[in-house]
Amino acid sequence: MAGKIKMIMAKPGLDGHDRGAKLLARVCAEAGMEVVYTGLRQTPEMIVAAAEQEDADVVGLSSLSGVHNYFFPKVVELMKQKGLNDVLLVGGGIIPEEDYDFLKKSGMNAIFGPGTPTTEIVDFIRTNVRKR
Amino acid sequence: MSVEYAAQILEGSHRAAARLISWLEDEDERAYECMRQLYPHTGRAYVIGITGSPGAGKSTLTNGLARVIRQSGLRVGIVAVDPSSPFTGGALLGDRVRMNDLADDPDIFIRSMATRGFLGGMAKAAADVVKVLDALGKDVILIETVGVGQDEVDIVDVADTTCVVLVPGLGDAIQSMKAGIMEIADVFVINKADHAGADMLNAEVCARIEMDAHLRKREWSAPVNKTVAVESVGLDEMWLSIESHRKYLLESGKFYDNRRERTSREALRMIHGELFRVVREQLEQSGRLDAAVEKLMAKKLDPYTLMRDTVTEWLSSSQCKRRHDEDTQS
Repeated sequence: MAGKIKMIMAKPGLDGHDRGAKLLARVCAEAGMEVVYTGLRQTPEMIVAAAEQEDADVVGLSSLSGVHNYFFPKVVELMKQKGLNDVLLVGGGIIPEEDYDFLKKSGMNAIFGPGTPTTEIVDFIRTNVRKR
Repeated sequence: MSVEYAAQILEGSHRAAARLISWLEDEDERAYECMRQLYPHTGRAYVIGITGSPGAGKSTLTNGLARVIRQSGLRVGIVAVDPSSPFTGGALLGDRVRMNDLADDPDIFIRSMATRGFLGGMAKAAADVVKVLDALGKDVILIETVGVGQDEVDIVDVADTTCVVLVPGLGDAIQSMKAGIMEIADVFVINKADHAGADMLNAEVCARIEMDAHLRKREWSAPVNKTVAVESVGLDEMWLSIESHRKYLLESGKFYDNRRERTSREALRMIHGELFRVVREQLEQSGRLDAAVEKLMAKKLDPYTLMRDTVTEWLSSSQCKRRHDEDTQS
């Protein structure tokens, strides 16, 4: 049986707005992925531990409170420390376009802002995900 | 590579364990060499099943119970099963949401699994995943089943102690008298015990247990625990109930008997699965399945004859015979 794409959907930090994360978790599940939703208020350590234990192919981070420039690179760094180098890291939420470059340079594979068609996100994951 | 994974898992590598579990879920060939290496190191962990209806509080209870167990220094593995979509094959696995206070404890390993179309309340690979967590050095393994109804009782094939979680408001006394899930409890847990109807439910469950004792003599009578998982009420008592069940199993010799029975069933199930896979592959690839189905549709052949002929032919095929000869020679 072909492997299914396993995804972690997480909300780092204290931001309590999870409608987008929940919607995207459902969108990806509808697209045939197995999506682990971690819930709100995750530390980077919790997210990376979940990614390791679940053998996640993709980690999705959602942030709507302006803390992305701190939390996203922190997750990238911890992933690298654990040797989880081939996991696709995607972020989304209320993220100003001028931050995209910084986040990508710090190791995020893609950033999806408001208005991104959900199909674009699914396609990006399918195209770029690792082979186990 | 898979051999390296086995060594790494025995040294406690979460990452190697996580990858092996993915291979098991995918039925990837690479898993099996690794499992062969790990098998001698399994059978040490105590396995606890947590089952009950959707929304009964299984994840929250599992989380709370894991915290109680961790206080005694034991390492804990958790397998949490949620359903796959029958339409898209995807799944939204939400059990971790209730387990956030365990998330950064390095002696806890949590794995979410989707059922992938497997019925019975479990994922197909769950029993193998238990072995991996066992070899990884976890002392206690908690398996949280998918939310079940009345008849999904596969958990008993894996768990040493099965906890059935009930909540008030789901039905009257007749529900508690039925067969199926009510019969598999080694420990009953009435969760949300602060809700209306909890005392009534408690009385009904106790009545059932009392009736059970009249119908057939039993060495173990399931204790009934009341919990409020979200407030961590009753979890110590639940753990004590599980421990006393464990003690009963060990002292009565049932522990060995149950595991022997399970080992036997598992072996048969694996042989069954592999035999079927091989026969099916041959029938499909040779085009004979299609041809036979055409005949069945046209009523020129019946499936009973097809079944007999296929099995007879398979058993007498040269390949099979050769293997038999080799076995008898050696």
